[in-house]
Amino acid sequence: MAIINDFKYYRPSNRDDLLKLLAEYKGKASLLAGGTDLIVQMEDGTTAPDAVIDLKDIRQLSGLEFSNNRLFIGALVTFTDLIESAEIREQFPVLWESSRTVASVGIRNRATVVGNICSAVPSLDSGPPLLCLEAEVLVRDRNGQRTVPIDRWFLGPRKTDLKDTEYAEGISIKLPQKCFGGSYVKLGRYRGEDLAQAGVGVYAFDEGEYRIAFCALAPVPARAKKIESLLNGKEITDTLISEAIKLLPQELSPITDIRATKEYRLHVTGVMLERGLKAALSRRDGGGPEYGVSLL
Amino acid sequence: MSTGEEKKVKKIIEFTLNGMKREIEVEPTDILLDVLRDRLGVKSPKYGCGRGDCGSCTIFLNGRSVRSCIILAVEADGTDIQTLEGIPEEKLHNLQESFIGHSSFQCGFCTPGMVLSTVELLEKNPHPSEEEVKESLAGNLCRCTGYTPIIDAVLDASKKG
Repeated sequence: MAIINDFKYYRPSNRDDLLKLLAEYKGKASLLAGGTDLIVQMEDGTTAPDAVIDLKDIRQLSGLEFSNNRLFIGALVTFTDLIESAEIREQFPVLWESSRTVASVGIRNRATVVGNICSAVPSLDSGPPLLCLEAEVLVRDRNGQRTVPIDRWFLGPRKTDLKDTEYAEGISIKLPQKCFGGSYVKLGRYRGEDLAQAGVGVYAFDEGEYRIAFCALAPVPARAKKIESLLNGKEITDTLISEAIKLLPQELSPITDIRATKEYRLHVTGVMLERGLKAALSRRDGGGPEYGVSLL
Repeated sequence: MSTGEEKKVKKIIEFTLNGMKREIEVEPTDILLDVLRDRLGVKSPKYGCGRGDCGSCTIFLNGRSVRSCIILAVEADGTDIQTLEGIPEEKLHNLQESFIGHSSFQCGFCTPGMVLSTVELLEKNPHPSEEEVKESLAGNLCRCTGYTPIIDAVLDASKKG
Protein backbone atom coordinates (compact mmCIF):
# COMPACT_ATOMS: atom_id res chain seq x y z
CA MET A 1 0.00 0.00 0.00
CA ALA A 2 1.26 3.41 -0.77
CA ILE A 3 1.09 6.49 1.37
CA ILE A 4 -1.46 8.86 -0.16
CA ASN A 5 -0.90 11.96 1.96
CA ASP A 6 2.18 13.96 1.07
CA PHE A 7 4.55 15.01 3.78
CA LYS A 8 7.98 16.50 4.16
CA TYR A 9 10.75 14.30 5.45
CA TYR A 10 13.37 15.68 7.79
CA ARG A 11 16.31 13.97 9.37
CA PRO A 12 17.87 16.39 11.83
CA SER A 13 21.30 15.55 13.15
CA ASN A 14 20.96 17.27 16.51
CA ARG A 15 18.44 18.12 19.20
CA ASP A 16 18.27 21.84 18.43
CA ASP A 17 17.20 21.26 14.84
CA LEU A 18 14.64 18.72 16.04
CA LEU A 19 13.19 21.20 18.57
CA LYS A 20 13.02 23.90 15.89
CA LEU A 21 11.05 21.59 13.60
CA LEU A 22 8.68 20.59 16.40
CA ALA A 23 8.05 24.25 17.25
CA GLU A 24 7.50 25.06 13.61
CA TYR A 25 5.02 22.26 12.90
CA LYS A 26 3.14 22.52 16.23
CA GLY A 27 1.73 19.02 16.37
CA LYS A 28 1.50 18.54 12.60
CA ALA A 29 4.73 16.53 12.54
CA SER A 30 5.16 12.85 13.39
CA LEU A 31 8.35 11.55 14.95
CA LEU A 32 9.85 8.50 13.29
CA ALA A 33 12.15 6.00 15.00
CA GLY A 34 11.40 2.38 14.04
CA GLY A 35 8.24 3.26 12.14
CA THR A 36 6.55 -0.07 12.79
CA ASP A 37 3.43 1.74 14.02
CA LEU A 38 3.76 5.08 12.24
CA ILE A 39 4.26 3.83 8.68
CA VAL A 40 1.33 1.42 9.01
CA GLN A 41 -0.88 4.29 10.22
CA MET A 42 0.32 6.53 7.39
CA GLU A 43 -0.36 3.79 4.86
CA ASP A 44 -3.90 3.20 6.10
CA GLY A 45 -4.49 6.95 6.37
CA THR A 46 -5.20 7.13 10.11
CA THR A 47 -2.20 9.43 10.51
CA ALA A 48 -1.51 12.13 7.92
CA PRO A 49 1.24 14.42 9.19
CA ASP A 50 2.57 17.45 7.30
CA ALA A 51 6.07 16.36 8.21
CA VAL A 52 7.87 13.25 9.33
CA ILE A 53 10.92 13.87 11.48
CA ASP A 54 13.29 10.93 11.46
CA LEU A 55 15.23 10.71 14.72
CA LYS A 56 17.81 8.18 13.58
CA ASP A 57 20.68 10.64 13.11
CA ILE A 58 20.44 12.15 16.59
CA ARG A 59 23.25 10.44 18.41
CA GLN A 60 22.12 11.38 21.95
CA LEU A 61 19.02 9.24 21.47
CA SER A 62 20.75 5.97 20.71
CA GLY A 63 22.16 5.24 24.15
CA LEU A 64 21.42 2.23 26.32
CA GLU A 65 23.41 3.20 29.40
CA PHE A 66 23.89 2.13 32.98
CA SER A 67 25.27 4.55 35.52
CA ASN A 68 24.69 5.28 39.22
CA ASN A 69 22.23 2.43 39.54
CA ARG A 70 20.07 3.87 36.77
CA LEU A 71 19.30 2.58 33.33
CA PHE A 72 18.72 4.99 30.46
CA ILE A 73 16.93 3.71 27.38
CA GLY A 74 17.29 6.26 24.58
CA ALA A 75 14.51 6.88 22.08
CA LEU A 76 16.30 4.87 19.37
CA VAL A 77 16.90 1.72 21.41
CA THR A 78 15.10 -1.22 19.83
CA PHE A 79 13.59 -4.27 21.51
CA THR A 80 16.40 -6.32 19.94
CA ASP A 81 18.96 -4.02 21.62
CA LEU A 82 17.33 -4.81 24.97
CA ILE A 83 17.13 -8.53 24.29
CA GLU A 84 20.80 -8.68 23.29
CA SER A 85 22.01 -6.75 26.33
CA ALA A 86 23.45 -9.01 29.03
CA GLU A 87 22.88 -6.28 31.62
CA ILE A 88 19.19 -6.01 30.76
CA ARG A 89 18.81 -9.76 30.98
CA GLU A 90 20.55 -9.82 34.33
CA GLN A 91 19.27 -6.67 36.02
CA PHE A 92 15.91 -6.09 34.35
CA PRO A 93 14.76 -9.63 33.54
CA VAL A 94 11.05 -8.81 33.38
CA LEU A 95 11.65 -6.07 30.83
CA TRP A 96 13.82 -8.57 28.95
CA GLU A 97 11.12 -11.25 29.18
CA SER A 98 8.41 -8.89 27.94
CA SER A 99 10.60 -7.67 25.06
CA ARG A 100 10.87 -11.25 23.86
CA THR A 101 7.09 -11.37 23.46
CA VAL A 102 6.85 -8.27 21.26
CA ALA A 103 5.72 -9.14 17.73
CA SER A 104 8.46 -10.89 15.74
CA VAL A 105 12.24 -10.65 15.34
CA GLY A 106 11.85 -8.56 12.17
CA ILE A 107 9.69 -6.04 14.04
CA ARG A 108 11.83 -6.08 17.20
CA ASN A 109 14.87 -5.23 15.06
CA ARG A 110 13.18 -1.91 14.22
CA ALA A 111 10.59 -1.14 16.90
CA THR A 112 11.80 0.97 19.81
CA VAL A 113 10.78 0.82 23.46
CA VAL A 114 10.18 4.57 23.59
CA GLY A 115 8.12 4.30 20.40
CA ASN A 116 6.07 1.60 22.11
CA ILE A 117 5.13 3.88 25.01
CA CYS A 118 4.57 6.83 22.65
CA SER A 119 2.18 4.80 20.47
CA ALA A 120 0.50 3.92 23.78
CA VAL A 121 -1.85 1.22 22.54
CA PRO A 122 -3.54 -0.42 25.55
CA SER A 123 -1.88 -3.76 24.79
CA LEU A 124 1.74 -2.55 24.88
CA ASP A 125 4.01 -5.25 26.25
CA SER A 126 6.53 -2.81 27.69
CA GLY A 127 3.84 -1.23 29.88
CA PRO A 128 3.62 -3.73 32.77
CA PRO A 129 7.38 -4.03 33.44
CA LEU A 130 7.95 -0.28 33.15
CA LEU A 131 5.03 0.36 35.54
CA CYS A 132 6.36 -2.20 38.03
CA LEU A 133 9.82 -0.61 37.80
CA GLU A 134 8.32 2.86 38.33
CA ALA A 135 10.17 4.13 35.28
CA GLU A 136 10.33 7.79 34.33
CA VAL A 137 9.89 9.21 30.85
CA LEU A 138 12.32 11.99 29.97
CA VAL A 139 10.69 14.58 27.76
CA ARG A 140 12.26 17.67 26.20
CA ASP A 141 11.12 20.86 24.57
CA ARG A 142 12.81 24.22 23.94
CA ASN A 143 12.56 25.15 27.62
CA GLY A 144 14.40 22.07 28.80
CA GLN A 145 13.71 18.61 30.13
CA ARG A 146 10.86 17.37 32.27
CA THR A 147 10.30 14.00 33.86
CA VAL A 148 6.99 12.15 33.73
CA PRO A 149 6.43 9.16 36.03
CA ILE A 150 5.25 6.30 33.85
CA ASP A 151 1.98 5.91 35.77
CA ARG A 152 1.05 9.44 34.67
CA TRP A 153 2.28 9.02 31.11
CA PHE A 154 -0.64 7.05 29.63
CA LEU A 155 -3.77 9.19 29.37
CA GLY A 156 -5.91 6.98 27.14
CA PRO A 157 -5.66 4.64 24.18
CA ARG A 158 -2.95 6.14 21.93
CA LYS A 159 -2.84 9.23 24.13
CA THR A 160 0.11 10.26 26.27
CA ASP A 161 1.23 13.23 28.31
CA LEU A 162 3.60 14.30 25.48
CA LYS A 163 2.86 17.83 24.24
CA ASP A 164 2.97 18.91 20.60
CA THR A 165 6.29 20.70 20.85
CA GLU A 166 7.96 17.99 22.94
CA TYR A 167 9.69 14.74 22.16
CA ALA A 168 10.47 11.78 24.38
CA GLU A 169 14.23 11.44 24.78
CA GLY A 170 14.24 8.23 26.70
CA ILE A 171 13.22 6.23 29.72
CA SER A 172 15.07 6.26 33.00
CA ILE A 173 14.76 3.37 35.45
CA LYS A 174 16.25 2.95 38.90
CA LEU A 175 17.75 -0.45 39.48
CA PRO A 176 15.65 -2.25 42.13
CA GLN A 177 17.58 -2.19 45.39
CA LYS A 178 16.00 -5.27 46.92
CA CYS A 179 16.26 -8.85 45.84
CA PHE A 180 13.35 -9.71 43.58
CA GLY A 181 11.84 -12.18 41.17
CA GLY A 182 9.38 -11.26 38.48
CA SER A 183 7.46 -12.34 35.44
CA TYR A 184 5.66 -11.07 32.40
CA VAL A 185 2.87 -13.32 31.16
CA LYS A 186 1.35 -12.54 27.77
CA LEU A 187 -1.57 -14.23 26.14
CA GLY A 188 -1.90 -13.87 22.39
CA ARG A 189 -3.99 -15.87 19.96
CA TYR A 190 -0.85 -17.26 18.40
CA ARG A 191 2.85 -16.55 18.60
CA GLY A 192 4.43 -13.86 16.52
CA GLU A 193 2.95 -10.59 15.49
CA ASP A 194 -0.14 -10.67 17.65
CA LEU A 195 -1.07 -8.07 20.21
CA ALA A 196 -1.75 -9.19 23.75
CA GLN A 197 -5.25 -10.33 24.65
CA ALA A 198 -4.04 -9.84 28.18
CA GLY A 199 -0.66 -9.12 29.78
CA VAL A 200 0.37 -9.38 33.43
CA GLY A 201 3.63 -8.14 34.96
CA VAL A 202 4.68 -9.12 38.48
CA TYR A 203 7.57 -8.11 40.71
CA ALA A 204 7.94 -9.93 44.04
CA PHE A 205 10.52 -8.27 46.28
CA ASP A 206 12.05 -9.48 49.50
CA GLU A 207 10.06 -8.71 52.65
CA GLY A 208 6.77 -9.34 50.87
CA GLU A 209 6.54 -6.26 48.66
CA TYR A 210 4.62 -6.83 45.45
CA ARG A 211 4.10 -4.81 42.32
CA ILE A 212 1.58 -5.94 39.73
CA ALA A 213 0.59 -4.28 36.45
CA PHE A 214 -1.64 -5.17 33.54
CA CYS A 215 -1.94 -4.33 29.86
CA ALA A 216 -4.69 -4.89 27.29
CA LEU A 217 -7.25 -5.01 30.11
CA ALA A 218 -8.16 -1.33 30.45
CA PRO A 219 -7.87 1.85 28.33
CA VAL A 220 -4.33 2.28 29.63
CA PRO A 221 -1.83 -0.14 31.18
CA ALA A 222 -1.86 0.32 34.95
CA ARG A 223 -0.73 -0.98 38.32
CA ALA A 224 -3.18 -3.06 40.34
CA LYS A 225 -2.98 -1.13 43.58
CA LYS A 226 -5.82 -2.91 45.39
CA ILE A 227 -4.28 -6.30 44.73
CA GLU A 228 -0.87 -4.99 45.74
CA SER A 229 -2.17 -3.75 49.10
CA LEU A 230 -3.93 -7.03 49.70
CA LEU A 231 -0.71 -8.97 49.10
CA ASN A 232 1.89 -6.63 50.61
CA GLY A 233 3.54 -7.94 53.75
CA LYS A 234 1.90 -11.33 53.46
CA GLU A 235 3.09 -14.73 52.50
CA ILE A 236 1.46 -15.83 49.26
CA THR A 237 -0.87 -18.78 49.73
CA ASP A 238 -3.46 -20.28 47.41
CA THR A 239 -6.21 -18.70 49.52
CA LEU A 240 -4.60 -15.28 49.22
CA ILE A 241 -4.24 -15.71 45.45
CA SER A 242 -7.96 -16.52 45.14
CA GLU A 243 -8.75 -13.39 47.15
CA ALA A 244 -6.53 -11.39 44.79
CA ILE A 245 -8.27 -12.87 41.75
CA LYS A 246 -11.63 -11.79 43.23
CA LEU A 247 -10.38 -8.20 43.15
CA LEU A 248 -9.66 -8.30 39.39
CA PRO A 249 -13.08 -6.96 38.31
CA GLN A 250 -12.41 -3.87 40.44
CA GLU A 251 -8.98 -3.33 38.91
CA LEU A 252 -9.74 -3.99 35.25
CA SER A 253 -12.17 -2.83 32.59
CA PRO A 254 -11.55 -5.19 29.68
CA ILE A 255 -13.42 -4.82 26.42
CA THR A 256 -14.67 -7.30 23.87
CA ASP A 257 -12.87 -6.94 20.56
CA ILE A 258 -11.55 -9.02 17.68
CA ARG A 259 -9.01 -10.73 19.98
CA ALA A 260 -11.18 -11.83 22.91
CA THR A 261 -14.35 -11.20 24.86
CA LYS A 262 -14.24 -9.22 28.09
CA GLU A 263 -15.47 -12.26 30.04
CA TYR A 264 -12.66 -14.41 28.70
CA ARG A 265 -10.09 -11.70 29.36
CA LEU A 266 -11.23 -11.36 32.96
CA HIS A 267 -11.18 -15.11 33.53
CA VAL A 268 -7.82 -15.79 31.90
CA THR A 269 -6.19 -12.89 33.74
CA GLY A 270 -6.86 -14.74 37.00
CA VAL A 271 -5.01 -17.78 35.67
CA MET A 272 -2.17 -15.59 34.43
CA LEU A 273 -1.92 -13.70 37.72
CA GLU A 274 -1.64 -16.95 39.66
CA ARG A 275 1.05 -18.38 37.39
CA GLY A 276 2.89 -15.08 37.17
CA LEU A 277 2.93 -14.63 40.94
CA LYS A 278 4.09 -18.18 41.61
CA ALA A 279 6.85 -17.91 38.98
CA ALA A 280 7.97 -14.54 40.38
CA LEU A 281 8.19 -15.99 43.89
CA SER A 282 10.16 -19.04 42.91
CA ARG A 283 12.47 -16.95 40.72
CA ARG A 284 13.05 -14.60 43.65
CA ASP A 285 14.01 -17.59 45.75
CA GLY A 286 16.46 -18.87 43.17
CA GLY A 287 14.33 -21.45 41.39
CA GLY A 288 11.44 -21.37 38.98
CA PRO A 289 11.38 -21.47 35.21
CA GLU A 290 14.07 -19.52 33.38
CA TYR A 291 13.12 -16.02 32.28
CA GLY A 292 11.74 -16.10 28.76
CA VAL A 293 10.05 -19.48 29.11
CA SER A 294 6.32 -19.18 28.50
CA LEU A 295 4.25 -19.73 31.62
CA LEU A 296 1.09 -20.48 29.66
CA MET B 1 11.05 24.51 5.10
CA SER B 2 8.42 26.85 6.45
CA THR B 3 5.47 27.17 4.11
CA GLY B 4 4.49 23.57 3.60
CA GLU B 5 4.05 24.27 -0.13
CA GLU B 6 5.70 22.32 -2.95
CA LYS B 7 5.73 19.30 -0.68
CA LYS B 8 6.80 16.68 -3.18
CA VAL B 9 10.47 17.14 -2.61
CA LYS B 10 12.36 14.38 -4.30
CA LYS B 11 15.51 13.17 -2.70
CA ILE B 12 18.42 11.22 -4.08
CA ILE B 13 19.32 8.39 -1.76
CA GLU B 14 22.37 6.15 -1.83
CA PHE B 15 22.74 2.73 -0.36
CA THR B 16 24.51 -0.54 -0.90
CA LEU B 17 22.25 -3.18 -2.40
CA ASN B 18 23.64 -6.70 -2.38
CA GLY B 19 27.19 -5.36 -2.37
CA MET B 20 26.67 -2.75 -5.09
CA LYS B 21 26.37 1.00 -4.60
CA ARG B 22 23.01 2.23 -5.81
CA GLU B 23 21.66 5.72 -6.19
CA ILE B 24 18.02 6.50 -6.86
CA GLU B 25 15.65 9.43 -6.69
CA VAL B 26 12.66 8.85 -4.39
CA GLU B 27 9.75 10.76 -2.92
CA PRO B 28 9.15 10.83 0.85
CA THR B 29 5.99 8.75 0.39
CA ASP B 30 7.80 5.92 -1.41
CA ILE B 31 7.94 2.62 0.45
CA LEU B 32 11.26 0.78 0.41
CA LEU B 33 9.70 -2.50 -0.75
CA ASP B 34 8.15 -0.80 -3.82
CA VAL B 35 11.42 0.88 -4.74
CA LEU B 36 13.30 -2.42 -4.46
CA ARG B 37 10.79 -4.41 -6.49
CA ASP B 38 9.46 -1.96 -9.05
CA ARG B 39 12.44 0.28 -9.68
CA LEU B 40 15.49 -1.79 -8.85
CA GLY B 41 14.14 -5.14 -10.04
CA VAL B 42 14.83 -7.05 -6.84
CA LYS B 43 11.95 -9.49 -6.66
CA SER B 44 12.63 -11.78 -3.70
CA PRO B 45 10.90 -9.52 -1.16
CA LYS B 46 7.17 -9.85 -1.73
CA TYR B 47 4.18 -7.68 -0.93
CA GLY B 48 2.01 -9.70 1.42
CA CYS B 49 0.07 -7.93 4.16
CA GLY B 50 1.62 -4.47 3.79
CA ARG B 51 1.69 -3.92 7.53
CA GLY B 52 4.63 -5.88 8.87
CA ASP B 53 2.62 -8.91 9.95
CA CYS B 54 3.49 -11.62 7.43
CA GLY B 55 7.24 -11.42 6.82
CA SER B 56 7.16 -11.93 3.04
CA CYS B 57 8.84 -8.53 2.42
CA THR B 58 11.80 -9.36 4.69
CA ILE B 59 15.20 -7.91 3.79
CA PHE B 60 18.39 -7.29 5.76
CA LEU B 61 18.95 -3.64 6.63
CA ASN B 62 22.39 -3.06 8.14
CA GLY B 63 22.59 -6.79 8.86
CA ARG B 64 19.21 -7.17 10.60
CA SER B 65 16.03 -8.67 9.21
CA VAL B 66 13.35 -6.02 8.79
CA ARG B 67 9.96 -5.63 7.12
CA SER B 68 10.54 -3.50 4.03
CA CYS B 69 6.81 -2.79 3.55
CA ILE B 70 6.81 -0.49 6.59
CA ILE B 71 10.02 1.39 5.90
CA LEU B 72 10.23 4.61 3.92
CA ALA B 73 12.69 4.48 1.03
CA VAL B 74 14.27 7.74 2.27
CA GLU B 75 15.09 6.01 5.55
CA ALA B 76 17.39 3.68 3.63
CA ASP B 77 19.77 6.49 2.69
CA GLY B 78 23.29 5.46 3.71
CA THR B 79 22.35 1.93 4.71
CA ASP B 80 23.49 -1.52 3.65
CA ILE B 81 20.70 -3.65 2.21
CA GLN B 82 20.82 -7.34 1.46
CA THR B 83 18.02 -9.33 -0.07
CA LEU B 84 17.88 -13.06 -0.65
CA GLU B 85 19.57 -12.43 -4.03
CA GLY B 86 22.64 -11.12 -2.20
CA ILE B 87 23.13 -13.92 0.30
CA PRO B 88 26.33 -15.76 -0.60
CA GLU B 89 25.78 -19.23 -1.96
CA GLU B 90 27.91 -20.96 0.63
CA LYS B 91 25.59 -19.70 3.37
CA LEU B 92 22.57 -20.95 1.52
CA HIS B 93 23.70 -24.32 0.29
CA ASN B 94 22.81 -26.42 3.32
CA LEU B 95 19.62 -24.55 3.92
CA GLN B 96 18.49 -24.89 0.33
CA GLU B 97 19.18 -28.61 0.32
CA SER B 98 17.31 -28.93 3.56
CA PHE B 99 14.30 -26.90 2.36
CA ILE B 100 14.16 -29.06 -0.76
CA GLY B 101 14.66 -32.28 1.19
CA HIS B 102 11.83 -31.49 3.59
CA SER B 103 9.47 -30.05 0.95
CA SER B 104 9.45 -26.86 2.97
CA PHE B 105 7.71 -24.76 0.35
CA GLN B 106 4.95 -25.10 -2.15
CA CYS B 107 4.10 -21.73 -3.70
CA GLY B 108 7.35 -20.17 -2.48
CA PHE B 109 5.89 -16.78 -1.64
CA CYS B 110 7.05 -16.85 1.99
CA THR B 111 10.34 -18.63 1.30
CA PRO B 112 12.64 -15.58 0.94
CA GLY B 113 11.44 -14.29 4.32
CA MET B 114 11.71 -17.74 5.90
CA VAL B 115 15.25 -18.17 4.57
CA LEU B 116 16.46 -14.71 5.60
CA SER B 117 15.00 -15.13 9.09
CA THR B 118 16.77 -18.48 9.32
CA VAL B 119 20.09 -17.06 8.09
CA GLU B 120 19.87 -14.38 10.79
CA LEU B 121 19.07 -16.96 13.46
CA LEU B 122 21.86 -19.35 12.48
CA GLU B 123 24.43 -16.55 12.37
CA LYS B 124 23.69 -15.67 16.00
CA ASN B 125 22.90 -19.16 17.16
CA PRO B 126 24.26 -21.97 14.96
CA HIS B 127 22.54 -24.75 16.92
CA PRO B 128 19.12 -23.49 17.98
CA SER B 129 16.49 -25.45 19.85
CA GLU B 130 13.10 -26.04 18.26
CA GLU B 131 11.64 -23.30 20.46
CA GLU B 132 14.29 -20.86 19.24
CA VAL B 133 13.56 -21.76 15.62
CA LYS B 134 9.86 -21.16 16.23
CA GLU B 135 10.56 -17.82 17.88
CA SER B 136 12.74 -16.65 15.00
CA LEU B 137 10.24 -17.74 12.34
CA ALA B 138 7.24 -16.28 14.18
CA GLY B 139 5.75 -13.47 12.13
CA ASN B 140 6.62 -15.22 8.86
CA LEU B 141 3.33 -16.58 7.60
CA CYS B 142 3.11 -19.59 5.28
CA ARG B 143 -0.27 -20.63 3.87
CA CYS B 144 0.93 -23.87 2.28
CA THR B 145 3.09 -26.06 4.46
CA GLY B 146 1.72 -25.82 7.99
CA TYR B 147 5.22 -24.83 9.17
CA THR B 148 6.37 -28.23 10.39
CA PRO B 149 8.47 -28.98 7.28
CA ILE B 150 10.06 -25.52 7.54
CA ILE B 151 10.99 -25.97 11.20
CA ASP B 152 12.31 -29.46 10.42
CA ALA B 153 14.41 -28.10 7.57
CA VAL B 154 15.97 -25.41 9.73
CA LEU B 155 16.75 -27.84 12.55
CA ASP B 156 18.22 -30.31 10.08
CA ALA B 157 20.38 -27.66 8.39
CA SER B 158 21.62 -26.43 11.77
CA LYS B 159 22.79 -29.93 12.63
CA LYS B 160 24.73 -30.20 9.38
CA GLY B 161 25.98 -26.60 9.38
